[in-house]
Amino acid sequence: MDLPEEEFIYPGTRACAGCGMALIYRIALKALGAKTLVTVPASCLTVLHGMQGFCSTKVSVYHTPFATTGASASGIVASLEDKGLENEITVLAFAGDGGTTDIGIQALSGAVERGTNFIYACYDNEAYMNTGVQRSGSTPYGVKTTTTPEGKLSHKKDMPKILEAHGIPYIATGIASYPLDLFEKFKKARTIHGSKYFHILSPCPPGWGYDPKDTISIGRLAVQTGFWILYEIENGIFKLSKPSSRYLDPLKRKPIEEYLKAQKRFSEMTQQQIKVYKVYIDNMWKDIKRRIECQN
Amino acid sequence: MYGRMSRKRDYYGGGEILMSLIENQKTNIDNDIKIITGNHAAAHAFRQARVGVVSAYPITPQSPVVEKIAEFIANGKLNARFVKVESEHSALAVCCAASATGSRVGTATSAHGLELMYEMLPWAAGNRLPIIINLATRSLGAPWSVWTDHSDFITIRDVGWIQYMCENNQEIYDTNLQAFKIAENSRVFLPSIVAYDGYILSHTMMPVKLENQEEVDEFLPPINHHINLSNISTIKGIDPVTTPNIIKRIEGTAPGYYEFRYALQRSLENSIDIIKEVHDEFTKKFGRSYGNGIYKIIQTEDADTIIYAMGSVASQARVAIKKLRAEGLKIGIVSLKLFRPYPYEDLRDFFKDKENIIVFDRDIGYGYEGVLSYELKAALYSLKKKPNIKGFIVGLGGRDVKTEHIISGVHKALNQFKQGIFTNKTDFLGLSLDELNDYDESNYFDSR
Repeated sequence: MDLPEEEFIYPGTRACAGCGMALIYRIALKALGAKTLVTVPASCLTVLHGMQGFCSTKVSVYHTPFATTGASASGIVASLEDKGLENEITVLAFAGDGGTTDIGIQALSGAVERGTNFIYACYDNEAYMNTGVQRSGSTPYGVKTTTTPEGKLSHKKDMPKILEAHGIPYIATGIASYPLDLFEKFKKARTIHGSKYFHILSPCPPGWGYDPKDTISIGRLAVQTGFWILYEIENGIFKLSKPSSRYLDPLKRKPIEEYLKAQKRFSEMTQQQIKVYKVYIDNMWKDIKRRIECQN
Repeated sequence: MYGRMSRKRDYYGGGEILMSLIENQKTNIDNDIKIITGNHAAAHAFRQARVGVVSAYPITPQSPVVEKIAEFIANGKLNARFVKVESEHSALAVCCAASATGSRVGTATSAHGLELMYEMLPWAAGNRLPIIINLATRSLGAPWSVWTDHSDFITIRDVGWIQYMCENNQEIYDTNLQAFKIAENSRVFLPSIVAYDGYILSHTMMPVKLENQEEVDEFLPPINHHINLSNISTIKGIDPVTTPNIIKRIEGTAPGYYEFRYALQRSLENSIDIIKEVHDEFTKKFGRSYGNGIYKIIQTEDADTIIYAMGSVASQARVAIKKLRAEGLKIGIVSLKLFRPYPYEDLRDFFKDKENIIVFDRDIGYGYEGVLSYELKAALYSLKKKPNIKGFIVGLGGRDVKTEHIISGVHKALNQFKQGIFTNKTDFLGLSLDELNDYDESNYFDSR
């Protein structure tokens, strides 16, 4: 199976070379199609969309202040319902990790609690990249940012878990390194009524400190080391996605050092800190194993 | 032009109307007059304006507006979507997005709710979204107070919204219907706020004539918006990032931020004419007028001295001038209805022959003086013959504005004018510092 050829982003956007988010956005729009209305807060996607008069996408886009992504989606959906167009147009909210896990968490929580019929996609580049790499609630442990020069002291927020607590019908994680997995998940989300949440890891060459040509391979390493787990939760049923399923076996996982050493942001981690990572990853997988066993 | 401002035509919920209402109820002729609160008058206006999307968060004293709207929707009297959000910031964010998707939208709030919306206010104006907010005015904490003053209303004066202040419940209903029509005018496309004093109007019942729906529909046809994101085949999005300068590329040119904001300011300035036009049209259709739609005048024809105020304070002054006229003063009132855009030309024209102006502000531009006062002083600066102006602060945090406060203010001002005293220093009426006898004043106030 291949991705459809039709593109909804014009070539030559203002995103950085090797931008993970640009790939995610491209795949998402291919899956959702032309009848999509996107709402976007202040983020790297605002930059990708370009300057006044020269918007780089072929779909309708609404720009909304930082904290309001979830609320703006509610407003768009309410207006579409007012006009009887709710089944014609898919509403996609597309925000970064800062806009989702920090400043936008209240509006997002409200929107999904109300059962708003939309897809919320968080592209997680694990810091405030657009403003120059400051730490966010989604920045992982040990990462150096401009506001954590000594390395971040706490782990990242488990946002999908928070969304799951809202009882929404569909949650998925993804990464552009596995485009078909991501594409299929967006296609599925489009057919489900209610609030759908995506959490997508988005490798960022300038923010993470690696060569732009390595975006895909860094993303694969994130999955292969077990740091980033691909799964979906449909009506409460957890399902490990194919690219991640073999890593349920800890022996199949690549050593986390391979992922950490490929990026400058982890460059000053001590052996002790790397051990913390190993425990963190093991615990994540133990939870998942337990969960899968419970379901069976 | 001001002929229709005689007392008879100038609709003010007073005794005559109540009497006629009671007569009407006896004979059951006019069942369109209802005795309702200011909040419910706003809700009825939203219903009859056929708003498509409402989004709100509870706050005293506004909450009954949206409770009533929820009831209308539940009873099938209003076919709208009510998005019950988790904060006022989200409420206005919902309104902005729904308006950009082409619906007629509105909300209601007070005080801290409006302040929490603040970020979204310039956003709505910059996107030229004709959203209507009803504001039951309330003071700003700290300390907490749920009672009225105009502090919340004045804090949003620089964000690009049209701002109206009402004096009675009928005016709330009528101004809402006009506000939608004005905001959605293709020469305007601006958000607007319709304000009325919390509790004094929001929770006080008055007779309100609710017009027939067909007549309202005729006056206010469905919205014909400049932006509709649901037209997905033609619309490519609004408000991407602008630059300091115009963008020139081979694909074409695009305005910079400066040009957009210039257009916003020009539309605000030009909206004054449309506000007057729509007010005239409303008067012709429904027979009620509010001065010239910009300000209301009361007994000003022979007056050399004018009280200048807004909302509840102007209402109270209506009582005060009866007594002041009995003393032999030639005194009248200008009650400001349109606060933004600031109608400096109309005010200059009106005040050019007047001798004394006494301004009563239920607000302060903290660190300076009452906002009505200093703005009027600035507006009249270019007059050849400048009137004497003195401002007073009254009624913050719901402190009663009494007739005797206004009378004593007028006396004090006229005395100071005689002595040639002109100052910007604030002068508070109705303070009760001497009653704080349990307190050592120096612990609580600066030493004077």
